[in-house]
Amino acid sequence: MASGKPVRWHIAVFLAPAVLVYSALMIIPLFGTLLQSLFNKGEAGARMFVGLGNFAKLFGDALWSDAFWNALGNNTWFFVIHMLVQNPIGIALAAILSTPRLRMAVFYRTAIFIPTILSFVIVGFVWKLILSPIWGIAPGMLDAVGLKFLFTPWLGKEEYALTALALVSVWQFVGIPMMLIYAALLSIPDEVLEAAEMDGITGWSQFWKIKLPLILPSIGIISILTFVGNFNAFDLIYVAQGALAGPDFSTDILGTFLYRTFFGFQLQLGDPYMGSAIAGSMFGIILIGVCVYLFGIQTRLRRYQF
Amino acid sequence: MKKTIRLALLASALLGGAAHAQDVTLTIESWRNDDLTIWQDSIIPAFEAQNPGIKVVFAPTAPAEYNAALNSKLSAGSAGDLITCRPFDASLELYNQGYLADLSGLASMANFSPVAKSAWQTDDGSATFCVPMASVIHGFIYNADAFEALGIAVPATRDEFFAALDTIKADGTYIPMAMGTNDQWEAATMGYNNIGPNYWKGEEGRLALIAGTQKLTDPQWVAPLTELAKWKDYLGDGFEAQTYPDSQNLFTLGRAAIYPAGSWEISGFNAQATFKMGAFPPPVGAAGDTCYISDHTDIAIGLNSKSPNAEAAKVFLDWVGSPEFATLYANALPGFFSLNSTPVEMADPLAQEFVSWRGKCQSTIRSTYQILSRGTPNLENETWNASANVIRGSETPEDAAKRLQDGLASWYEPQK
Repeated sequence: MASGKPVRWHIAVFLAPAVLVYSALMIIPLFGTLLQSLFNKGEAGARMFVGLGNFAKLFGDALWSDAFWNALGNNTWFFVIHMLVQNPIGIALAAILSTPRLRMAVFYRTAIFIPTILSFVIVGFVWKLILSPIWGIAPGMLDAVGLKFLFTPWLGKEEYALTALALVSVWQFVGIPMMLIYAALLSIPDEVLEAAEMDGITGWSQFWKIKLPLILPSIGIISILTFVGNFNAFDLIYVAQGALAGPDFSTDILGTFLYRTFFGFQLQLGDPYMGSAIAGSMFGIILIGVCVYLFGIQTRLRRYQF
Repeated sequence: MKKTIRLALLASALLGGAAHAQDVTLTIESWRNDDLTIWQDSIIPAFEAQNPGIKVVFAPTAPAEYNAALNSKLSAGSAGDLITCRPFDASLELYNQGYLADLSGLASMANFSPVAKSAWQTDDGSATFCVPMASVIHGFIYNADAFEALGIAVPATRDEFFAALDTIKADGTYIPMAMGTNDQWEAATMGYNNIGPNYWKGEEGRLALIAGTQKLTDPQWVAPLTELAKWKDYLGDGFEAQTYPDSQNLFTLGRAAIYPAGSWEISGFNAQATFKMGAFPPPVGAAGDTCYISDHTDIAIGLNSKSPNAEAAKVFLDWVGSPEFATLYANALPGFFSLNSTPVEMADPLAQEFVSWRGKCQSTIRSTYQILSRGTPNLENETWNASANVIRGSETPEDAAKRLQDGLASWYEPQK
């Protein structure tokens, strides 16, 4: 028998399905799109290599760059709302759910998580109806508590529409940080908590001083998931406001901007080359964000082994 | 003996198979998903009865997705044999890319006037690539019962129009006008391009804009925006978030008195509304002025150049160009007016009212559709945004007009 390690075929065999499917559906289209962003239509209508010309146009031509920065700004605000509202509420809900004295915890957990599994189309449609100034229940409910003056057609006002939609998205997805943090909280060993109690650290101070540091890695993961999800978002805005992301582009995010450019809209014909340039920019933005997190924050987080 | 029978069986099976194979199926791509039952129940059976061996399937997509979906299907080679054509550049681009076949030689093309064909021709008019089906006319549909109850006469001039709106508003029973700005396009299509032709004198202004002798900042192009800005006070509470279906429902439920309309609403409104309806063309400045209406060439049908069933498809297209189809279509879909040169008898009173304006007013098409929406920024899409902004009051008519002009001048040579 020949010496040396036997070839471990099983590794390749087990990896093959995932690698093949992932490459075919994700990696190849991704590089195809990045490559396409370096081309444009030439004089005769033929495909022509233009280098970074599309990106120069996207960032240099006021026509394109205004729309791009508007979309990026809106997208950032969309993300900020999620970070400021969704994740703290998710953590608070998880903390409440994990207190042993709470009754019907399973019911609350399920009820809060259910919107997450609904389709965007349903969520967008239902919330549009709820907030509708004509048929909606929001004006009536505010009226019932004497706060009718607070009602405005939020989705139709430039200053509120994006925030309103971001909050709808928060409503839908608050279950995800809640579940992840809940799982992290449950995995904290009882000995640690008992030791804390022996030292006289209980209640809120126990949460701040003992539990929170232990769930920080989970919060990091949630933040990065929120970041990627938000900068890829498209569906909710498209369902609620259409591809023109009204009023006056105040809800236009990178996803809707990409859709309009790539596929065209109404009389505007699609431009796959500029569309690819926008898609490439979105990929770059997300890549930078993830790298900042991975190298800047993740490596500094202290992990505890029990 | 046995062998002969077997052979005979085999032969008959083969022949049967061959006969069966002659049954070609044509698939129609369309954005008119509202018309599915009309195609399935009346139009397609009428064609199939005359043309045994050709089966037709109507396969519509949602209107907002149609252009994107069609472009993807055509480039992937999976599109149907017959393509419903949007007017002007969207279809012209498909023809230039070789996806639509040249139909200039089709016998029934002779049944259409040059204006009817203009929306589906190359700029020089040398090739026609879609058979025109119908146009839509803009105007206002009103709740006749409400007008009677409030003692309002049908307005003919702008002053009468706003006086009527004031009366309805003062009475308070009805929302004066059902329109929202959430979906934006109504503001441009049923607002700007509805009332606009009376200001820019229809074809005269539209062609001058294309020639570059008029600008969007000229008074006749700003005035419709100024009038739109006045509409704000007559729309329902929360119109900013009111969608197109919301407006339709407000009107058909009898909660609004006037609906800025396109004639395509007629069949839906007939089915929904329980009150008497009437229609009037966009009011003119002073009594006796020439009126102009938007009689927009909207829908046509062409042949996918890669279709394997081109011969059968041409038989169908020839039939679409016939007076028989025109009568069938115009009556099945009141509000889609035939472009066929043969006059079509229509039974629906509201449709008759709309089409009667062709006799007393000058017809034009939507100003933004021909040539002017070829570049980036796209004038039509910008006009949606500008009209909605003006109605909401977030942009003045002058600023909006200047923005539209600057956008157009940035790529359109005659406007530079």
